[in-house]
This record gives sequence, C-alpha cells and structure tokens, in this order.
Amino acid sequence: MLRLEKRPQPSKLWTALTPLLAVLATMVAGGLLFALLGKNPVEAIRVIFFDPLFNEQVASYARPQLLVKAGPLILIAIGLSFGFRAGIWNIGAEGQYIMGAICGAAVGLAFYPSENPLIFPLMVMAGALGGWIWAMIPAILKITFRTNEILVSLLLVYVAEQLLASVSLGLLRNPEGGGFPGSRNLASWDASSNPELIAGTGMHWGVVAAFISVIFAYVMLSRHIFGVQLQLAGQAPRAARFAGVRPEMMVFICFTASGVLAGLAGLFEVTGPAGQISIDFNVGYGFTAIIVAFLGRLHPIGILLAGLLMALTYIGGELAQFMLGLPAAAIQAFQGMLLFFLLAFDMLSNYRFRLSAREAA
Amino acid sequence: MTVPLLRLSGITKSYPGVRANDDVSFQIAPGEIHALLGENGAGKSTLVKAIYGLVKPDAGSMELNGAAYAPSEPRAARAAGVAMVFQHFSLFEALTVAENVSLGMEDPPPQRKLAAKIREVSRSYGLPLEPDRLVGDLSAGQRQRVEIIRCLLQNPRLLIMDEPTSVLTPQEVETLFGTLHKLSDEGTAILYISHKLEEIRALCDGATILRHGKVVGDCVPAERSAREMAEMMVGTDLTPPERRELTPGAVRLEARALSLPAQGQFGTPLREISLSVRAGEVLGIGGVAGNGQDELMAVLTGESPTPGGTLFLDGADISGTGPAERRSMGLRTSPEERLGHAAAPDMSLTENTLLTSGSAQGLTKKGFVAWGKTRSATEEVIETFDVRTPGPGTAARALSGGNLQKYVVGREVVRNPPIFVVNQPTWGVDAAAAATIRQSLLNLAEQGSAVVVISQDLDELLEVASWFAAMNEGTLSAPREVAGLSLDEIGLMLGGGDAQDAAAISEAENAQA
Repeated sequence: MLRLEKRPQPSKLWTALTPLLAVLATMVAGGLLFALLGKNPVEAIRVIFFDPLFNEQVASYARPQLLVKAGPLILIAIGLSFGFRAGIWNIGAEGQYIMGAICGAAVGLAFYPSENPLIFPLMVMAGALGGWIWAMIPAILKITFRTNEILVSLLLVYVAEQLLASVSLGLLRNPEGGGFPGSRNLASWDASSNPELIAGTGMHWGVVAAFISVIFAYVMLSRHIFGVQLQLAGQAPRAARFAGVRPEMMVFICFTASGVLAGLAGLFEVTGPAGQISIDFNVGYGFTAIIVAFLGRLHPIGILLAGLLMALTYIGGELAQFMLGLPAAAIQAFQGMLLFFLLAFDMLSNYRFRLSAREAA
Repeated sequence: MTVPLLRLSGITKSYPGVRANDDVSFQIAPGEIHALLGENGAGKSTLVKAIYGLVKPDAGSMELNGAAYAPSEPRAARAAGVAMVFQHFSLFEALTVAENVSLGMEDPPPQRKLAAKIREVSRSYGLPLEPDRLVGDLSAGQRQRVEIIRCLLQNPRLLIMDEPTSVLTPQEVETLFGTLHKLSDEGTAILYISHKLEEIRALCDGATILRHGKVVGDCVPAERSAREMAEMMVGTDLTPPERRELTPGAVRLEARALSLPAQGQFGTPLREISLSVRAGEVLGIGGVAGNGQDELMAVLTGESPTPGGTLFLDGADISGTGPAERRSMGLRTSPEERLGHAAAPDMSLTENTLLTSGSAQGLTKKGFVAWGKTRSATEEVIETFDVRTPGPGTAARALSGGNLQKYVVGREVVRNPPIFVVNQPTWGVDAAAAATIRQSLLNLAEQGSAVVVISQDLDELLEVASWFAAMNEGTLSAPREVAGLSLDEIGLMLGGGDAQDAAAISEAENAQA
C-alpha cells in the first residue's frame, strides 16, 4: 500500500522540480482536453508553446509580445510574492492595476496637450500612488478591524472595474472621440507615451521596471533580514512576534509593495501597449499574476521564468484560437491547470511516498 | 507464583531510522504499581502505545491474564481491561465533566445516571469532582481527575499513566497517590511512567528501565537511590549542577503591580504582579500550568504590551517596548513552546539564529545579513550545547524535541545576556542535557546576570533558583529565599496560600522542633 510520509525537511530537489513537472502534466492533460475537443493535441501544444517563438510567419509579431505580456505579469507577481510569503493575501492586484492606470492617465491628461518632459515621470508617480491607495484600503481595514484581506481586496477589484467604466464614459472620455467611450490615446501623445525602447523586442519602461523589481526582490529576499522576517511571519506568526516582527507593519509593507507595483504595471500598460483608458482595459493580468507568483515558487528568478512562460501561453493561446479554432475557454482552462498541477505536485517537496505492508487489522 | 497480569516478551518496533523498542520483555503482577523509566526517546511511549493498541509491534507477543493479547486498536484494549491516562488531556473545554466522560465511553448511560456514577466513583476513590462543571473552569489537576474517572468507570485491570504528576501540586500528587494505592489494593495493576524518581521510589513496587529501546535493568525502586536509577537510565555517571554562593548586585529586572486582562476565553489575567531580580540571582517561578505563566512570559518578552510604569530594566521603564528593543537592551528570553514560538519549524537553524540576534551581534549590518557569520554563530550554539544535528542548515522541525530545546536555550545563553528569562528550560530534555542547561543557567548568574526561570518542575527550581515564587490564578506570591524553604511551604504557595501563611507554618514547625 502506498503511504504518504512527511519529510523531516522540505526537499530542495523536488521544490525545484515541481514547476517542470507541473508544466509537463499540464501539457498532457491539456492535450487530452484538446483531443476531446476534436483537435490534434500535438499540434495544439506546438502552436501554444513553440510557434510564438519559432514559427517564422508569426514570430515577428509574437516574439515582442512575449515581453509586452510578461512585463506586467512579472511586475505584479513580484509585488504579490512578498505578501504571499508572509501569509498576507492580496487577491486584488487587478483592481490596484486598474487604479494605477486611471490615476496615472488622469494626471497626464490634466496637462494635455503640453509637451513638458516631466509629465511622464509625474504620471508614473501618480500610477504608483493610485495602486498604493487602492491597496491601503484592505490593509488598513485589516490592521484596524481585522477584516479578511482576501475578501476586501478581491471585492475592490469590482469596484475598480465600475470606476474604470465610469471614467471611460465620463471624466476621462476623449472630447474629440466622437462620443465613443475611452480616453485620448496616451501612447500617441509624446509627453505621455511609453514607447518600445528597442525596436522588435517589445521592451518598454514597464519591462525595465519588471527586471529592476526582480533584482531588487532577489537582493531583499536573499540578503536582507526583511526576507527572513517575511518568511517568519508566514510560517510561524508566533515566532515572528517573539522575534519582534510587528504583524501590522508586515501587512502595511506587503500591501504597499504589491499595490505600488500593480499600479505601476497599470500605468505602463495604459501609456504603452493599451494606449488608452477604456472599459475593457484590464485583461486579467492581476489575477494571472497570482498563478505566476506561485508557479515561480514566490522566488524572484522563478517568477521571472514563470512570467515568461505564462506570457507564452497567452500568446500561443491566441494563436491557437485563430489558427486551430480552439475556444477561448479551453485556453483559460489550460492555464488554470498549470496552477492546479503545481499545487498538487507541491506536496512532493514536503511529503514522500512509501511502500508499506498493509497492517493487519 | 501467580499468573502475571501482563507479560511482554520480545516486543520489537522499528520506525524509519530508529528502533524504538528492541526485544523488550517484562511482566506486571495483579495489583502491582510498576514504573517504566527511561530518558526521552528511550521507547517508553512506543511501548505503552503497543499495550494500548495504538501501535502494532513488529515482533514479540503479549499475554494478559495468561491469554494471548494483541489489541488492534484502543477499543480492543479497553474491552480487555486496559485503560490509559495520557500526558496531554483529550478534553473539550466547552463541555461539562459528565459530557466529556460520556464522549469517551462505548455506550454511555443517560447523563443523570452518569453524573451520579461519577460522583460515586470520585468519592470512593478520593478524587472530588463535580460532574456539572465546565472543564474549561477546572485546574489541570481536576482535569486529570476527569481522565482518571473516565478510565475507572471501565473497571480496568491495568491502568497506564503517562507522566501524571507533571501538572500537579505536591498536595494533589499526594491525593493521586492515595487513589493509586487504593486501586492497587483492589487488584488493579498500574503501569506508571514518570521522570520523577523520588515519586517512583515512594510509589512503585517494581521498575523496568529502558535505554535506547532496550531493557537495561529492573529494580525495586525503594531499595535504590534516585541517583542510582538516573544513572541506569542515562548509562553514565551524573554530576549534579554546581552552585556557588553569590553576593547579589543591583536590581536588573523589576515588575511593579503589573496587571493584564485575560486574553481569550480560557486565558488567565495577570493580577498585580510584582517581582524584582538582582544581578547574580536566579528567581524560580513555580506553579501548576495555566496559572498565568505563559501570560507573564509574554509580558516579559515584550509580546504582550503592558501599561506604562509596570516593567523596569535597570530602572528604565520598558513597559512599551517590543521584543527586539528589549533584546538590544540586554533582556533575552526563551519561551516554552519550541516549535512555532521559539523557533520557526520549516526554517533552518541558521535562519532561526536571526530570530533573536541581529545587528548588536554583528550578524546583520544595516539590515543585510552576514550569512557566514550567522552560520558560525549557529555552529557555536550547536557545539557548546551538544545539539545533535547534521548541521546548521537543518530545518528546526527535523530536530528531536530535546535537541531543539538545547538549541533555543543555547542560542540565548551563548550571548551571555545580562538578564535572561526562560520558561520550562528543560521540558522534554533528557537528564544529561537537562543538567547541562541548568548548569548554564547557574553559570550565567555567577557571571552577574539576573535570571528568571519559570518551570513546573519543582526539583529543577530548587536546584537552580536562589529565590522562589509561585503563580496561582494570575497572582505571584512574594518571593522567598530557597534556602530553608520546606516542601510543605512550597505546596501552600503553589496552592495560592499566602506567603505569610507559609511563613507562619514554618515558624510553627520551628516552634515544635
């Protein structure tokens, strides 16, 4: 009989191996799903994972998209990973992402049509501030009233979506847009534009910010006492208090990090790839980043790789939709499987299977 | 010779990496009170679990009253007449005594009948207990009575007791012994596990001594000294901690009328606690568990904030400061719960060293961790306190309880803190390691540190403390010098009797003498 046995300490090998195993299992289960939908599974997997990078016909479009999509995912996931390490669950990064975009865009549009070079930096700050304020709502409620931050932060996403719809139709609507919802195009206004920095790579300021955040997070987590305190607060709250870590301070810091980074991601998106505030501005980066954070084992380098992988499935998924006619829901299910398998295989780092003779009753 | 009640022959049980019981054989006669002795990890728990049907031995056989006995589960053991009182109670605090008792029974009678039965049994065995009271309101000693009565209602032929006196006051211990003798007179055998050798000498008819899973000897406890039995358990000669006379210095740590409301439903409020510890002194705080020791500890570590003007370090008010700040001022602490409080289970020992050491020890600089130095600091603790572990990279939860205890106490002691507060310093630690830890506490005091030891082990307190105070329902008795303190007086202090009463008794005794 197979029996589960807790390992005396987590296995480093399995901790590193589980993401790879999860990707493999997702490919198998996803292939099965695509086969049931009547598609050739091998072809579908190839279109999702390989064509975006190596198919000459689509690569010129798809390759730059990799960084464009991975940038916000990594930026947001890095911010979330701090809190997730400490057991502080900010599920509302999507809302903070929207608020960062709205605040940044609003500050920029207030100066339209000035060409002052300070406008973009000001917008960046406003974006960070917008995300931060939205994150402070669940944080302060948790600190003062012990509310559940999961619920508050999640529900605030829907509030932010309503605000987004409202400003797209009202406050920020392009006065020269012929009555269509949506703001002026920020990408085509030089003072506010977040352009592709190196042609053909998809690299924009948001991607630069994502890389910087990865390095910063890596240094903080591996070299600074803050990284130890985060882990402590997550794994053993009583030991954290004994060590002198103040739980309220941790909530504040973690929500600050995730709010600011999500806000920045929104700002860089609205000034670059998206170009304008519109009702359908948000496409779920804030939620997908949760998967990215866990897929990357809450480790900065892992998140970098996971963000790239997730971006790949986004682009490949779109390709599969129009090349093979796969339904969008099937692609989403496919991405969801990744997290599912990761969490399932996660057990292997803390437990091992053992064969045992069945004990006589 | 009569047929033994229980005969064990060749019991062997292995777990991955360790042989918990190795060819263990002994027997218990009807009505015998038999002690099972051994250090932590000697295999006592595994053995009694096998007798109680919780563990199936790999080899060997048992006989009960001459018939083969191999319980597959505790229910079968109970049906055969074997009952067990565990060290940790399995009681629901929100239910009454009678409800708790009925939960443990196969087919409980109606509550009213059961209540009457509980009253009857509790009276006849001298264990007063009110069936309608909530368990949450009972003292640890009373809770144990609930467990014992639950067993007695099954009319057991063999009663197993695991460390029953660790939570009792001396008076409660006497009551318990009375009950056990009564049971034994009626023919019920008792298998008694304890670390307290003097108790075993007073109570038990025979003893079997285990070391590393093997039987290393048996004896009649009354014929041996406690030291001899301890040396049989450990397998080496023991040197009791050495204590030198000290001249106390200035007051280092002081609490003035410190009160704190109860935290949570079953917490204990602290009531007007005053204490002062001088350099070179060890203040021992005794008391039955749950009388406010944990709350007092949390106040001293800085985890529970207290109103201003209640706590002083070298005369400075530290009431509002947190744990980290107090540590930098020289107040180091070591709480009772090793895993999850004193150490984070899944983090390595090196990382755990950072819990209580930082910039002041040169392990961090502007918040950045010097991992090399932290590792060597951890290795120093491991070496000084003989912590058995593959290395500083091992996760705390992979260490045995005793080894982790050595680490968490050692982590503070190697820093030579001027003020050190420790709760249950040798909980679950074997005799040799306990002696090391106690000696290190005495050494600290000798170097001029002020030390506070909170413990439920009276022998330990009498061994290391120069002053003794007792906690009872959140109050702290006035400290008295250990030299010249009698066990009766200590019992009174533990039971909440006024220190003046105790003093009066000792005067009366002196007058008699």
